[in-house]
Amino acid sequence: MSDTTPILALDHVSKSFGRAEARVHAARSISFALHPGRTLALVGESGSGKTTAARLIMREYRPDEGRLLFRGSPVEDGPLGSLKAYRRAVQMVFQDPFSSLNPVHTVRYHLERPLQLHQPALKGAERRAAIAEVLTRVKLDPALILPKYPHELSGGQRQRISIARALAVNPEVIIADEPTSMLDVSVRLGILNLLNDMKRQLGLAVLYITHDIATARYVAEDIMVMYAGQIVEWGETESVLGNPQHPYTRLLLSAVPDPDRRLTETLFDGELSRVDVIRRQSAIDQSEVREIAANHFIRPMPA
Amino acid sequence: MSDPVLSIRNLSVDYIGAEADFHAVRNVSFTIAAGEFFGLAGESGCGKSTIAFAITRLLRPPAIIRSGSEILLDGRDVLALDSAALRDLRWREVAMVFQSAMNSLNPVLTIESQFYDVLRTHTGMSRTAARARAADLLRLVDIPADRLSAYPHQLSGGMRQRVVIAICLALNPKLLIMDEPTTALDVVVQREILERINRLRQELGFSVLFITHDLALMVQVSDRIGIMLEGELVEVDDAQAIYRSPRHDYTRRLWASIPRLGSERTARDAGQ
Repeated sequence: MSDTTPILALDHVSKSFGRAEARVHAARSISFALHPGRTLALVGESGSGKTTAARLIMREYRPDEGRLLFRGSPVEDGPLGSLKAYRRAVQMVFQDPFSSLNPVHTVRYHLERPLQLHQPALKGAERRAAIAEVLTRVKLDPALILPKYPHELSGGQRQRISIARALAVNPEVIIADEPTSMLDVSVRLGILNLLNDMKRQLGLAVLYITHDIATARYVAEDIMVMYAGQIVEWGETESVLGNPQHPYTRLLLSAVPDPDRRLTETLFDGELSRVDVIRRQSAIDQSEVREIAANHFIRPMPA
Repeated sequence: MSDPVLSIRNLSVDYIGAEADFHAVRNVSFTIAAGEFFGLAGESGCGKSTIAFAITRLLRPPAIIRSGSEILLDGRDVLALDSAALRDLRWREVAMVFQSAMNSLNPVLTIESQFYDVLRTHTGMSRTAARARAADLLRLVDIPADRLSAYPHQLSGGMRQRVVIAICLALNPKLLIMDEPTTALDVVVQREILERINRLRQELGFSVLFITHDLALMVQVSDRIGIMLEGELVEVDDAQAIYRSPRHDYTRRLWASIPRLGSERTARDAGQ
């Protein structure tokens, strides 16, 4: 990881739902940090707790335990009004571009709102200039797109609007929850490249949440593999994916569609034949952390 | 060589519009051999699902199948069948797993009733016999028979998907059509289901028409692949040829747009 201080960090955060016997531990003592100009990927299957992590960051859930740190200080204990600064600095791009835009409002409305709320000092003309600039950034033509309603746009265009909306208030952190999973394969790459460009040009810290390891490799310098609310393996992307040590990571990797292997051939011996064992054992609480290499760690699966 | 299970010749389907017709499928021809796993790939709106609906005769106006089109299923002219003959064709000859099949089960009926519905309608089977057959079919897809009394919401997405596949196999169809059967599932479950279907295909000998936009997955499971672009079938070839030496420019561009794991040909280089 880089030496810069993290913009945003989770420090041993836990969150569970339900009661007593049917308790679901969606986040179990998770810790990670986001740095400017870097993307951290959070991968795992559905129900592993990825979106819970995003919601904890967005302050939609309060942690049961642990702290959320913004520029090193706990988010809840800041001075009055600090949450507003936090909400400006941390923006989210949602999974479903068909339901995350309001169908009765134009694109212009979607981009004006965040500016009115977070930069009330901007005059009409300045605001229009800011909107045009952000649309150009996401490679859309402002004159054509501003008067349109969401239903007049394709999925890829809508997702670009979602990204533009997030960028409009000059954020420092972008939380992107499966931003391409609802899009057609042929437009996914465009959105990923856009996120990569924004990260580089604007020095954004990005948390990229996905179940698609191949796209994670494409955008992220660092990666975390999550299962049953626990981060089981994490570190530099090339190290984790090139030399996966946790059985669950290896299971995920062997299940990724790969045209170089027929269905009967697998990447790792036997991981797919002991899916149930790996699932059961990986779900057990494990506080021990083992260092595999510089910036590559696992929580060993109990035998 | 034996006759193909499915033979499609010059299939054209239009959606009739107020001002202009939309040509969803244009003059498409291909065949699927007995026991073959055939993949149909392309982006959304290219007409792949329309073909699946034409084979099962599920298209409704404003969609019309143009004259001159021909669909032969095991030698029978599907487009000439009346509704009684169609009833006989569906499930028995051809069964379809729909996109988001996990939501295509009736939420207020138990799994057992949903099997019974198909088995009674098409074979007149008694409830007891249907129960035994349903239990066998569930075991084929690795679900314990005691789940017959469960309702759909009590099963996970992957299990519901497998129940739908089991129902589709109930009458030993010759052709199983799967329209994006696993897109809503995560990779491990997707992998388990496809392995299962592949094994069943080898045991039971049915053919598969597999529709998806995931090219990497398609190459892994298919024998042959057809690539569709704007209603036309632009390339049909062996799966390995589609992967290693695609001839059509569109196929090459599709590959370039997919970030892939563990390959030097990742989109990092091809993307820009």
